[in-house]
Amino acid sequence: MIDMLEAVRLVAAPDVLIAILASAIYGLVVGSLPGLSATMATALLVPVTFWLSPIAAVATIITASAMAIFSGDIPGCLLRIPGTPASAAYTDEAYAMTRKGQAEMALGAGLWFSAIGGIVGTLSLVLMAPLLAEMALSFSTFEYFWLAFLGLMCATLVARSSPIKAIASMLLGLLISCIGMENPAGTPRFTFGLTDLLGGIEPIPALVGVFAVSEVMRAMITPEPPPLPRRKFGSILANQWKLTKKYQWPMWRGNFIGIIIGVLPGAGADMAAWVSYAMSKKFSKEPEKFGTGHPEGLVEAGASNNASLASGWVPSLLFGIPGDTITAIAIGVLYMKGLNPGPTLFTERASSMYALYLIFIIANIIMIPLGIVMIRIAATVLRAPRASVMPVILLLCAVGAFATGSNLFSVLMVAAFGCIGFVMERNGYPVAALVLGIVMGTMVEQNFITSLIKSDGDILPFFERPVSGVLAAMTFGALLWPVGIWIWNRTQGRRLPAGTAAR
Amino acid sequence: MNTLSRRTLLGSGAALLAAPALAQAKWPARPVQMLCPWAAGGGTDAVVRIVAALLEKELGQPFNVVNRTGGSGVVGHAAIAQSAPDGYTLGIITSEIGMLHWQGLTEVTYRNYTPLGLMNNDPPGIQVNVSSPYKTAKDLAEAIKASAPGKMKASGTGQGGIWHLALAGWLNAMGLKADHVRWVPSNGAAPAMQDLAANGLDFTTCSVPEARAMLDAGRCRSLAVMAPERLSVFPNIPTLKEAMGIDFTTGAWRVICGPAGLPAEVKAVVEPALARIYKSKDYQDFLAARGFGGMYADAAGTEKYMAEADRAFGEAMKAAGLAKA
Repeated sequence: MIDMLEAVRLVAAPDVLIAILASAIYGLVVGSLPGLSATMATALLVPVTFWLSPIAAVATIITASAMAIFSGDIPGCLLRIPGTPASAAYTDEAYAMTRKGQAEMALGAGLWFSAIGGIVGTLSLVLMAPLLAEMALSFSTFEYFWLAFLGLMCATLVARSSPIKAIASMLLGLLISCIGMENPAGTPRFTFGLTDLLGGIEPIPALVGVFAVSEVMRAMITPEPPPLPRRKFGSILANQWKLTKKYQWPMWRGNFIGIIIGVLPGAGADMAAWVSYAMSKKFSKEPEKFGTGHPEGLVEAGASNNASLASGWVPSLLFGIPGDTITAIAIGVLYMKGLNPGPTLFTERASSMYALYLIFIIANIIMIPLGIVMIRIAATVLRAPRASVMPVILLLCAVGAFATGSNLFSVLMVAAFGCIGFVMERNGYPVAALVLGIVMGTMVEQNFITSLIKSDGDILPFFERPVSGVLAAMTFGALLWPVGIWIWNRTQGRRLPAGTAAR
Repeated sequence: MNTLSRRTLLGSGAALLAAPALAQAKWPARPVQMLCPWAAGGGTDAVVRIVAALLEKELGQPFNVVNRTGGSGVVGHAAIAQSAPDGYTLGIITSEIGMLHWQGLTEVTYRNYTPLGLMNNDPPGIQVNVSSPYKTAKDLAEAIKASAPGKMKASGTGQGGIWHLALAGWLNAMGLKADHVRWVPSNGAAPAMQDLAANGLDFTTCSVPEARAMLDAGRCRSLAVMAPERLSVFPNIPTLKEAMGIDFTTGAWRVICGPAGLPAEVKAVVEPALARIYKSKDYQDFLAARGFGGMYADAAGTEKYMAEADRAFGEAMKAAGLAKA
């Protein structure tokens, strides 16, 4: 109890409160700009943390990353350009809602369920950290392989186009992820002697290209769509309680999946959003509505990616193993500030730990008022003429891509992926599946090869370990289910005409 | 005809702008750019940022860190080597510069730089799971010698990475072949430590600070460190020489440098400044907080150190079959 009071005192210090507020605004702005991801928002904060007190330093990182993950939904919803990879899974859905005149509902759902996800994730951190960490440590490369493979399967579940085309674009993504020397053999592949390709294709330039640049290109050749009815932007939170009650189960499922995926090192908010959106569609009572502007998937995936953010801190705090790219940066800051990760942090520095929990809760609560302001400001974009919005977006894309590594090559990469995305979209190939392939490709390959090296080429361990056995069964289930349905439909289809003929 | 051509006008303008810089002999007269070949938020980034902040304090001009990433470090390393040697672009280079050229991935070697100071060196440790039967480095070495080639598995970083070379060098020093223990490539030290805790590996050879949280959590043990002397942050871990009498040392080092041909006056200012920074409380506190290994050498010492490391890396890489030709 004394620790708890001490924690309140630590957090209530003026410098910590200012740090939370400033980094919240910073996170909201950076996250909402296409091409600037939550990870980058965090990385750019590191030099600032040099001059802050330990608690304030950690507060900036927690707050900025939570805000950035939420505000990545904003450009996705308004312009069909996801701000961060974690929003890519449900961008089309949110944009469809905007076209239906429900932008406030879509953004409100993003905000409301992000905050809930964040808080539930924090509670999991408070109540079950040691338990969850134990689970994460039992995952070896075999389990990670199946998990990543399952993530890839989502491409076919999420896509509205034909599954064949979804698989084709996912395979293209996998091919792209082969580029570079960041593979298990450490051998350069498909680099054509270009030094810039040695490091491979980063997901961020690819994402910005296929979503943002191709959207700008599309805007250039299509006539301006009929302007949305000019009306007052409605209340943002009005319908959220109704949604919460209606989609209670998807919401909890999203929270749960987000927590589990977040805890597993290496799989972060991006994967949580994908898996949750796919789950939502699979288990929905009205899956046919998905992709046409249906809030159910937004509820589940929005909750999921923010829940994963908090639980991603579990392995980081207990073992110094980053749950995702954001916590990887945060660990460095923790060390620098003398808050060394490890079980002792929970016992000897309990007040600091409680302070950390409090910051998580505060960040997710102030997200709601600040997010509403941000949404209102951003919504003016809908009224601006397209001819003035699109050049700004193009500029932001170039700046964002350049900022990741002061490298002109990533700007060229964005342009190239813009063209690829444009052609794919025109021909009905879902670009989201391409991004998924690029994000997951390395993880699938790395874990597959590493597992085989460890087992001396034996594939049996992929099935005989209990957890990997379960994951394998799930993967094959997801793989064979559509085939089974297809065969059943075919046989039914054949039998029916035969039956009518007999009658 | 004395019309002013556009070109001479531009030229004179440029000359005017450049004049103060040329006239002012005292370096630095304007902000200095510090290039970092690795991404913001990582260990190298942290080192260069603290050094830049302290240089700014020492020399009174801003030192701005720019992360020039890509190509597994090749892009940023090349950018420093190819920058104009006017003293206004400096940078940090890492041990990869002694490895990349052996793999045929770049032409750039340590000779393309003017070293200014060695700021840090993280030696590799040997870590095993806490339930492992090997209590000392000697136990582990005996077990490795007794095992069939390829039976035992170790990890710590990607194929051909610095900790892979540490393993290869250690095995060589024991008189074994470099691939006697199979290397499991991982995406950095953290996943390798996780796999060690999940009992998926026999040992890891990543640096001790990278294993620190797992050590603190009582999930693994560090048997030895491949350094000339014990680490001040981890005084209980014996050196390899103490543990088994093999004098093999290596490490991941970080050097502040400029491009080759840096003016002597710049070197004369930065070199002593770096020496003062290394001794400063700020820098020592930083090293201790991150658990980074301290090691300093002046410009001449750094050059010698890098040359020796380059040779040793080349040897280890050839032995492990990682070098090209």
